[in-house]
Amino acid sequence: MTTHHHRPESEIALRVKAIESLLVEKGIVDPAALDTIIEHYEHQVGPHVGAQIVAKAWVDPDFKRRLLADGTGAIAELGLTGFSSEHMIVVANTATVHNLIVCTLCSCYPWAILGLPPTWYKSLAYRSRAVIEPRSVLAEFGLVLPDTVEVCVWDSNADLRYLVLPERPDGAEGLSEEALAALVTRNAMIGTAKVEPPTSPTPIAA
Amino acid sequence: MNGPHDLGGMQGLGAIPIEENEPVFHSAWEAKVFAMSFATFSTFFPVDETRHAAERIPAGEYLSASYYERWLAALELLLTEHGWLTPAEIEDRITHLRQTES
Repeated sequence: MTTHHHRPESEIALRVKAIESLLVEKGIVDPAALDTIIEHYEHQVGPHVGAQIVAKAWVDPDFKRRLLADGTGAIAELGLTGFSSEHMIVVANTATVHNLIVCTLCSCYPWAILGLPPTWYKSLAYRSRAVIEPRSVLAEFGLVLPDTVEVCVWDSNADLRYLVLPERPDGAEGLSEEALAALVTRNAMIGTAKVEPPTSPTPIAA
Repeated sequence: MNGPHDLGGMQGLGAIPIEENEPVFHSAWEAKVFAMSFATFSTFFPVDETRHAAERIPAGEYLSASYYERWLAALELLLTEHGWLTPAEIEDRITHLRQTES
């Protein structure tokens, strides 16, 4: 991995194993519950959940209105509310405004809607720089915005999480809601990418 | 609390570490730290307390540790402060595991 460790991985792994064995022995944690938690975050939740919300907003203008007015309520309508995503604000990208989400204090992120955040979102570099030089941060992701586009940066916190509603790409007119959802990437919903027009039958979700 | 976690606007922290096709966890220990933290903080520790624990990590350590190392430090702090485990118990178990595994 890219992150520097000041302790060897094997030492950390041993420490974790020691703590786990003690917690299990004392009945403080159940090993099966740990496996369930890991399985849930590795395989159940992820950006495909947020992509459903975005695609719905693209095809249903009334839903989009409700989503932008009351993100929490509109997401609850779809039954997609979950842990760490209880209070949501959804911000829409337009031809003149681009939104970017960060958590400068830690790594607050809508887990139930995007899954666990990527390493870059949790990195010291992103957390520090997104609020002071968002355009150069976006350029590192390959997204260069003209000066005519205003960049709005939203700093998340423990109680309130954000989701970017990206612009619907051109060339996606005839697509079903499901096919539209498949175009939507994690980075587009954080604001470090735009949604690309469909180019192949099976777009890859980052 | 004014600490090393309050990173907004700080300069000199380098390029964004972008990793393509990143796995959810990079190792089994990261997954276990996440799961043990999730299991205990949803049962015993309110979220604000876990954040406060992470924010009490000494500045040098906070800035040099990886993300899940910080979670591990916070978890260990909360478990020992609440008396679920003692620091000596953890060190003894590490010694024991090292002996049995070598």
